[in-house]
Amino acid sequence: MSDVRVAGVGVTPFGNVPERTGRDLFGEASIEAFEDSGVSRTDVEAVLYGNFMGELAEHQGHQGPLMAEAAGVDAPATRYEAACASSGAAIRDAVMRIRNGENDVILVGGAERMTNLGTAGATEALAIAADDLWEVRAGMTFPGAYALMAQAYFREYGGGREELAHVAVKNHDNALNNDKAQYQRAIEVADVLEAPLVSTPLGLYDSCPISDGAAAVVLTSDEYAEEHGLEAPVSITGSGQGGDRMALHDREHLARSPAAREAGEEAYADAGISAGDVDVAEVHDCFTIAEVLAIEALDLEPVGEGISAARDGRTIAGGDTPVNLSGGLKAKGHPVGATGASQVAELATLLRGDHPNSEHVDGATTGVAHNAGGTVASALVHVLEVRE
Amino acid sequence: MSDEIGHAGFDDWLDATEEGEAYYLECDRGHGSLPPRRVCPECGSTALSEEPLPETGEIETFTVTHVPTPSFEDDAPYATAIAAFGPVRVTGQVVGVDLESIEAGMTVTPAVDVSATTGDRLLYLRVA
Repeated sequence: MSDVRVAGVGVTPFGNVPERTGRDLFGEASIEAFEDSGVSRTDVEAVLYGNFMGELAEHQGHQGPLMAEAAGVDAPATRYEAACASSGAAIRDAVMRIRNGENDVILVGGAERMTNLGTAGATEALAIAADDLWEVRAGMTFPGAYALMAQAYFREYGGGREELAHVAVKNHDNALNNDKAQYQRAIEVADVLEAPLVSTPLGLYDSCPISDGAAAVVLTSDEYAEEHGLEAPVSITGSGQGGDRMALHDREHLARSPAAREAGEEAYADAGISAGDVDVAEVHDCFTIAEVLAIEALDLEPVGEGISAARDGRTIAGGDTPVNLSGGLKAKGHPVGATGASQVAELATLLRGDHPNSEHVDGATTGVAHNAGGTVASALVHVLEVRE
Repeated sequence: MSDEIGHAGFDDWLDATEEGEAYYLECDRGHGSLPPRRVCPECGSTALSEEPLPETGEIETFTVTHVPTPSFEDDAPYATAIAAFGPVRVTGQVVGVDLESIEAGMTVTPAVDVSATTGDRLLYLRVA
């Protein structure tokens, strides 16, 4: 079985650029990824592309071939849709294809155009990742769904808005050096607590922004990297996927993410590591409570203690296991179809040592990326390791 | 947006609930679930029967939404809760009590009414 090398990565600045099309964004990310990799476009054998709301935001289905074209690649292309885990799902499939020998070079990534829909339109578009009949028709929004989980968490394990606020503060601090991040601005706990409420107990600063952006990753087999003399020290060594019931009310736990735990356990076993080996993590913090649930599901924190991890400094830049050194979805932005691939891009550069925040993980060899779809009815986890 | 073409199974459930005859689906191994469904999601059994939903449920978690989708613009702020009714839980909007006084543990009954924004029918959880 071949090692899967991260040969190159490209991420557009995430932010508010409503006039930019998905194909423009992905074209830009792919140029950066190819330049970073030194791989020729003509060697690409498949394009795997994640996107969630293209029909609603751009009146555009069938985006696979369109995005291959935008990247200047003549290869079969497929779109993956798993809500906000769309490009995480694409990465998993790319890893499997390279491992089983089917492909040696794959361009994988994703993009999302969202801000052209406005806040109300984007809120409506995001809501369709929930169960239409039982949740959306009852008025449940995505912030609302995570708010239901947050209230359930507080009730079961304790903690409150102030602990969550520290998650937002931490991720804004991490984004200060990341020139691709949507918000490069420090905030304080009081800012989070005083912000307008979106869905109690979550306020505006507990929520990630609506973003436009794209991410692209060139993955190759070990053999291809050796043959072409690529400088690609980071490999994807573990992949896992978990699933759960679509509607939150059908889950066994309202304050845990079993799909993420399943994905994490699978990815750790696949890589032959344990949670204790993880030096740095990028997790899906679409809302502050989501980061808490993610780090518990990944076993980076015991269940019930993730809520205090940011407040007590365990997950900050100088902490034991820094989480979301990119700024996370919260401050870096969350163009949903691009997010999973962007997490892999951030981790790869953090581990390579050429990320603006690499100094905080000097000597780190192992990272984990966690990408969630919906209220975590889909979860994709990948382990990245330095393999000199 | 009123739907001219309905949603088989779901509309029937709303009709039944309006008539005070809400139900859930039970498979031959005793797992509960909500319609529309042909297969038990727990065990794959296709032997499903309609059983009466318990008359009252208990709120397990809730939120007050201030930023709605356009379909609920005139309804906001409103409370959404997940309430347990015996073997199933349902999501609905909480009515019959001030938003500030909603608590986990409150007893609710299912009811059907229409959205202030769209006029569409939706599930409400009425605090007794």
